[in-house]
Amino acid sequence: MKSSARELTYAEAIRDAFAVALERDPRVLLLGLGVPDPKGFFGTTLGLQKQFGADRVMDMPCAENGMTGVMLGAALNGLRPVINHQRLDFALLAMDPMCTQAAKWHYMFGGAMKMPVVFRMIIGRGWGQGPQHSQCLHSWFAHIPGLKVVMPTTPHDAKGLLLAAIEDDNPVVFIEHRWLHHLKGEVPAGHYTVPIGPARRARAGRDVTIVAFSYMVLEALEAAEKLAEDGIDAEVIDVRSLRPLDQSLLLASLRKTGRLVVADTGHSTAGMAAEILAIAGESAFGSLRAAPRRVCFPDCPTPTSPSLSAEYYPRAGHIVAAVRATLQRPPNDDDLLVPAGAELDKPNPAFTGPF
Amino acid sequence: MLAAATLPPTVATALSVRLLESMVRIRFVEEAIARHYAGQQMRCPVHLSIGQEAAAAGVCAALRADDLAMSGHRSHAHYLAKGGDLPAMIAELYGKATGCCQGRGGSMHLVDLAAGFVGAVPIVGSTIPIATGLAFADRQLKRDRVTVAFLGEAATEEGVFHESANFASLHALPLVFVCENNLYSVYSPMHVRQPAHREVWQLAAGHGIAAHQGDGNDPLAVHELMHAAVAHARAGRGPVFLELKTYRWREHCGPGFDNHIGYRTEAEYLAWRERDPIARFEHRLQQSGEFDELRHAQFKDAVEAEIAAAFAAAQLAPFPAGTSLLHHVYAES
Repeated sequence: MKSSARELTYAEAIRDAFAVALERDPRVLLLGLGVPDPKGFFGTTLGLQKQFGADRVMDMPCAENGMTGVMLGAALNGLRPVINHQRLDFALLAMDPMCTQAAKWHYMFGGAMKMPVVFRMIIGRGWGQGPQHSQCLHSWFAHIPGLKVVMPTTPHDAKGLLLAAIEDDNPVVFIEHRWLHHLKGEVPAGHYTVPIGPARRARAGRDVTIVAFSYMVLEALEAAEKLAEDGIDAEVIDVRSLRPLDQSLLLASLRKTGRLVVADTGHSTAGMAAEILAIAGESAFGSLRAAPRRVCFPDCPTPTSPSLSAEYYPRAGHIVAAVRATLQRPPNDDDLLVPAGAELDKPNPAFTGPF
Repeated sequence: MLAAATLPPTVATALSVRLLESMVRIRFVEEAIARHYAGQQMRCPVHLSIGQEAAAAGVCAALRADDLAMSGHRSHAHYLAKGGDLPAMIAELYGKATGCCQGRGGSMHLVDLAAGFVGAVPIVGSTIPIATGLAFADRQLKRDRVTVAFLGEAATEEGVFHESANFASLHALPLVFVCENNLYSVYSPMHVRQPAHREVWQLAAGHGIAAHQGDGNDPLAVHELMHAAVAHARAGRGPVFLELKTYRWREHCGPGFDNHIGYRTEAEYLAWRERDPIARFEHRLQQSGEFDELRHAQFKDAVEAEIAAAFAAAQLAPFPAGTSLLHHVYAES
């Protein structure tokens, strides 16, 4: 369907996926605080209520915990709901229905019922999102058997994985990063899915494997370009699906490069990067030619002030530095230089606050 | 005038007999669980409803077979009154492959979809929003079913109760909240949990929900309240909340009694035993001439035989194979 591909932003791709799903299946229901708001939930739901009606594109009481439970009941009884959270932090109010109920429902009742529900949440960053609007807790969900967890990076994958999540008969946690919403890319029109599970090779290379999650894939690709200037050829893997996790692409890459850097948008302790390192150690130990490295958030909450958040978030330069270490190259102080005038708390130079 | 003996049973009599038999069957099943529990073969927590049977019997007798119900940790009575399969329940308590959850759930996770019993879970209050969602989907899909959310009074202290009540009221969902107030959350009495100057049903009334309080040990009174509640909900007039006052006889969890450990008094327990829903109702039917002693004796024999068969089958049934450990983690699309 090459002829039907056109360039959309990530946010437009999400909206496109919703429109396709609502059109194809009358059981699909979108619910969330502000889903039909005038700004369209960062543009991801614009116009959908007008097109599909207020009983399928619904606002809700400010009750994340209860309403998540209500959507589980709706999923058990014939609907395919998507519950939307403007920040992941709000979804944490619903840990019981997501992790203790939905994730176990099919198992604990011996397969008697299916739970087709999507928990969509957005990770915030920048412009002072601070301690409670920017948590990256995908590893929490990836820890839970019975959930599927995806974090698409490209507009193409955002649409394809969202449709796959809606069509899946299991609870799926769908995590977007706010700094990806403006990203543009080719997105086919109409219906298609990207299967939940396989990772994506975002860049082929032979010297080092950079495994990255969500927004950090963009930083990893920028790092690969910088490394190429020094003759270092980096492979970048976009994990896309945290549970199930595609080990085969990762291990094949490691056997080729022998070097691993993991760039996660999240804390290092007990996080997804640690999981990737564990897989490397257990299944590709003999291939490793250097100690693997993690590029993650420091062990503190996200600060609000721009001066502190600039210190907090790792960037392409941190990945470059980590790669140099795995190659036993000397550190280069230029890696972490911030260009004059750069504003690290904005997703792009055109952005103006507030979010 | 026809002789009394040749009269067809009146509708009222049929209902009374049904309520009595439903309560007796629940009591006998749970007493059998208590007896067999010492064998250490039911290796899961059990929360017995003995003393609280009237609520389950009265509520479920007012439902259609295709209406739905969900419950919490103390769900045996609700499952049985709704028509849940007895052998599948007992096998589940024994952790057997023939159990209603194939051994994945145990006593705290009963389910029988054919009977409209959509499930029970032991996290207090967690099925309240899920039951609300069942009612929401039925409304969206234009089915005329009613859903019952069984809960204890402690669940009204959980946020999800209020979130569900608000949403159900907002959308006038076909839902009945049935709250059995048995005065204790495990060992914690009402006075450390809720203000004495406010009744539980008033919480629901505060959400704009029609709310009533009744004697949870009187199956006819429960049925009358529930009959009106179901009609109200099914007619699209919105949810109803029923607070039913009752009392758990046995220990919070397990087959025995726990009046001696100090959280409640023997005197209180004995006072509530005087209000035994079964003995009291049986006496009432005897007084009104609705009680057929022979029929009831035959019924009890039949139930004892049914229960004995269910336990025997459960004890003989195979355990789920160890190789099935990972089955059902995910549904195959």
